Amino acid sequence: MMSDDDLLISKPSVASMFRLQWEEVQQSWVLLYPEGMVKLNTSAGEILKRLDGEKTMQALITELETAFEATGLEKEVLGFLDIAMKQGWVKL
Amino acid sequence: MTSTTVIADQAVGPPLWLLAEVTYACPLHCVFCYNPVDFAQHGQELTTKEWINVLRDARAAGSVQCGFSGGEPLVRDDLEELVAEAHKLGFYTNLLTSGIGFTPERAKALKLAGLDHVQLSFQDSTRELNDFLSHTKTFALKKKAAELIQSNGWPMVLNCVVHRLNIDYIDKIIELAVDLGAEYLELANSQYYSWAQLNRDGLMPSRDQLIRAERITNEYREKLGDKLRIFFVVPDYYETRPKKCMNGWGNIFLTITPDGTALPCHTAKMIKHLNFPNVKNASVKEIWYDSKSFNFYRGDAWMKEPCSSCPEKAKDLGGCRCQALMLTGEAANADPVCDKSPHHQVVLDAVALAQLPNEKRIEVKPLIFRDAINSKKLSKVE
Repeated sequence: MMSDDDLLISKPSVASMFRLQWEEVQQSWVLLYPEGMVKLNTSAGEILKRLDGEKTMQALITELETAFEATGLEKEVLGFLDIAMKQGWVKL
Repeated sequence: MTSTTVIADQAVGPPLWLLAEVTYACPLHCVFCYNPVDFAQHGQELTTKEWINVLRDARAAGSVQCGFSGGEPLVRDDLEELVAEAHKLGFYTNLLTSGIGFTPERAKALKLAGLDHVQLSFQDSTRELNDFLSHTKTFALKKKAAELIQSNGWPMVLNCVVHRLNIDYIDKIIELAVDLGAEYLELANSQYYSWAQLNRDGLMPSRDQLIRAERITNEYREKLGDKLRIFFVVPDYYETRPKKCMNGWGNIFLTITPDGTALPCHTAKMIKHLNFPNVKNASVKEIWYDSKSFNFYRGDAWMKEPCSSCPEKAKDLGGCRCQALMLTGEAANADPVCDKSPHHQVVLDAVALAQLPNEKRIEVKPLIFRDAINSKKLSKVE
């Protein structure tokens, strides 16, 4: 189990088994994988589309807070990252 | 692996899953094939240009997963062109193949075309049972296909149709999958439609067979952990509630048959009172949202008792319309897998027969292999 501090300096990316894609008809981000699809809600999409394997989570959170003029997103973002790693969508 | 997670929506959503059955031609003769029994009587296959139009049209309607299936899709020499178009349009592209015709050249061309995934199936394991078990010819073919899948960087997903005649060798099948380097293995019992329905009595495993196979599968799951993920699907005849077939009629799945007929599942053409539309005469959007046949069993307004007042109706939508038609004569009846169905006895009878070894059966029907000669013969009888 990684601590939040470890997660904040990690540089995750979408796992190679998955493809993240914007779907115009559904007006949402989706994760595509062999014979399946996960439809993402808005915040999940906003997080995943910013993962590029080079950016730290800390930088990503700052970016989100700027983009949405919000503060204190850390808990929510790291919470989602935990789910996404457990689902295998994201790797560190 | 056919799992699609979508947030529930009351309105009719897009046809997320497009299954392009590009041909019924196939070098194999599987007794459990779900292609229609009268496949040999079907019309001409769509041309390359017509398939490309289908792909564009479906993508515009919101389709995002595209399966190239058949028959054996590699029989069509324009498959690479179709995959390239699907990829360009933004589809996630899946090839469902037996591996026959999957040469290094074609694998490379398909990779270049943007193919995302190959599902390799073990086929015809009744006719080739001995060969299959002794890891000789079939193994060599699958090994070659598996190596091509790995060397091209595709995830390795194996599918094996399980039935009465091979289920006792489940350990060998799993070991074969391990030897081939599979990451996912689908052990799906044959579902009794089309050719598998004709051969049902010969294909349905006994309860003891199923229990043993599940136990062995669980032992391997324990032993192999994350190395190989195994999915085991029992025949729905052994359940007391039906499956939510295709996740609902006209809800997610759109099948286009080789001649361009649009169906809500691969076997729905058996429901004769619905004149299914053809992509040659209508757009995918018109077919999906406006056609009588795609709206006919959507939602639950069409239901009869015991479904219409059932508290579980949203869970399974009354099961499978094709199964209801085949086993009760009426597609709007409850799927008789459900023990609330007044026709449930037909399922119990089939399950009871499956407990009898062949030597205790009054009649043992020979297996009917899927080929053009049998297809023509059986079409005349219909």
